[in-house]
Amino acid sequence: MSVSTSAQTSADRVFDEAARGAGAAQTGTARVKRGMAEMLKGGVIMDVVTSDQAKIAEDAGAVAVMALERVPADIRAQGGVARMSDPDMIDQIIAAVSIPVMAKCRIGHFAEAQVLQAIGVDYIDESEVLTPADEAHHVDKWKFTVPFVCGSTNLGEALRRIAEGAAMIRSKGEAGTGNVVEATRHMRQIRAEMLRLATLPAEELYAAAKELRAPYELVAEVAAAGRLPVVLFTAGGIATPADAAMMMQLGAEGVFVGSGIFKSGDPASRAAAIVKATTFYEDPDVIAKVSRGLGEPMVGINLDTLPPEQHYADRGW
Amino acid sequence: MTQHAGPACPPVGVLALQGDVAEHIAALTAVGAAAVPVRRPEQLDEIGGLIIPGGESTTIWKLAVAFDLMEPVRKRIGAGLPAFGCCAGMIMLADRMVDGTGGQETFGGIDMTVRRNAFGRQVDSFESDIELRGIAGPPLRAVFIRAPWVERTGPGVEVLGMDAGTDRIVAVRQGPLLATAFHPELTPDVRLHQLFVDIVREQS
Repeated sequence: MSVSTSAQTSADRVFDEAARGAGAAQTGTARVKRGMAEMLKGGVIMDVVTSDQAKIAEDAGAVAVMALERVPADIRAQGGVARMSDPDMIDQIIAAVSIPVMAKCRIGHFAEAQVLQAIGVDYIDESEVLTPADEAHHVDKWKFTVPFVCGSTNLGEALRRIAEGAAMIRSKGEAGTGNVVEATRHMRQIRAEMLRLATLPAEELYAAAKELRAPYELVAEVAAAGRLPVVLFTAGGIATPADAAMMMQLGAEGVFVGSGIFKSGDPASRAAAIVKATTFYEDPDVIAKVSRGLGEPMVGINLDTLPPEQHYADRGW
Repeated sequence: MTQHAGPACPPVGVLALQGDVAEHIAALTAVGAAAVPVRRPEQLDEIGGLIIPGGESTTIWKLAVAFDLMEPVRKRIGAGLPAFGCCAGMIMLADRMVDGTGGQETFGGIDMTVRRNAFGRQVDSFESDIELRGIAGPPLRAVFIRAPWVERTGPGVEVLGMDAGTDRIVAVRQGPLLATAFHPELTPDVRLHQLFVDIVREQS
């Protein structure tokens, strides 16, 4: 992608849209897209593959569900090309719950994204968990009314996605492993890079933008604010209430749980426990209480046993 | 825009179970009020007003039940605690709700019926200008996100504003209770937070 210094800052986009509006009602503005993610903060978004699972997630207090055909652990186990879910299955989940429904498209697969918008999903995850459809370009997310969330391993990647119109960022972690180590790495990396930017004198931000391979305007915005201009969630390997609490203490504003719930022994209890731990992440007494009696967690995968082509976090450019 | 609430204003709580808590704390701070996140029943004794933020109303309800906040909040609101609810917070302040999910309960307080997700799904979410009764100056930019609307209000409820596109009630006041279907905390305009802090100060 080009790293143009004439690119608008994300704040300019928001401002321009408001000015252009001049009173009229407008859908799909940056403020409406990013605002939706603000409403998910402090919450847990759960992967579900059936409407029954979606109901369990809603009853447990999930702020949204991610409708997909196979959870990441099964995609790993079964292999093959992983694509957008069947629209009928997404419709069934939309009909089953009153909370927002998200769905995944392949990296760069703008036609899958068009379909998901037409179905009426509330958020699209342009996800490395599915098999990438484009080896150079991500979806131009500004063209859509529906907002997008994208995965990132570091600050530069997060800012490239925001430049393309992502209204929410999540750590990639390593989905379907039940192993939180990669999510930890990504959360620490993003936080450390934001802290570093905030310490730099203004004249060094140009070189910083070059190193990060991100638009200068977004780099300057992060340096001034000390945070991303969009909400930052964590994802990829969260399997226990303590995992969720750790990610929140590392600066996540909310949690995606993929295989961790419905690959465990008692999904309803585990889902409710992770919801409580995400709200009371600073209170070890609550985490201890909700961690009891949850049955078996999902079986995890150690990352050094994963062949390189199965590292989903490396997908995305 | 910054104004000062003065020393007579007690701390204002923001219910911090889930949702955009930080934006409300920032808006309260901008109008000079001391803002505190509230997650425990005992914290209700330390505040002179409570904001219920936007978020997912089912999640806020589930957590309020699990952490024993439903009755204490109802009791404080019943005893005259000023409260301001936005979007999910408006739902939580409504005496009646349609399109709730299995057994969903609210704190109540405002004699009105709200419809959840009334404006549709996220692709229908929008922002538009709105004139509000009691708010001087230019119209507010109102951000509606999977927003509810008010279907019916009782005799004691003052309608503050309607959405022009649908002609639906989206802002109400009943005594010290204020509710909007939209999110004033997502814009830099703090006039509604100033109004709420004025209500808190009058009641203290």
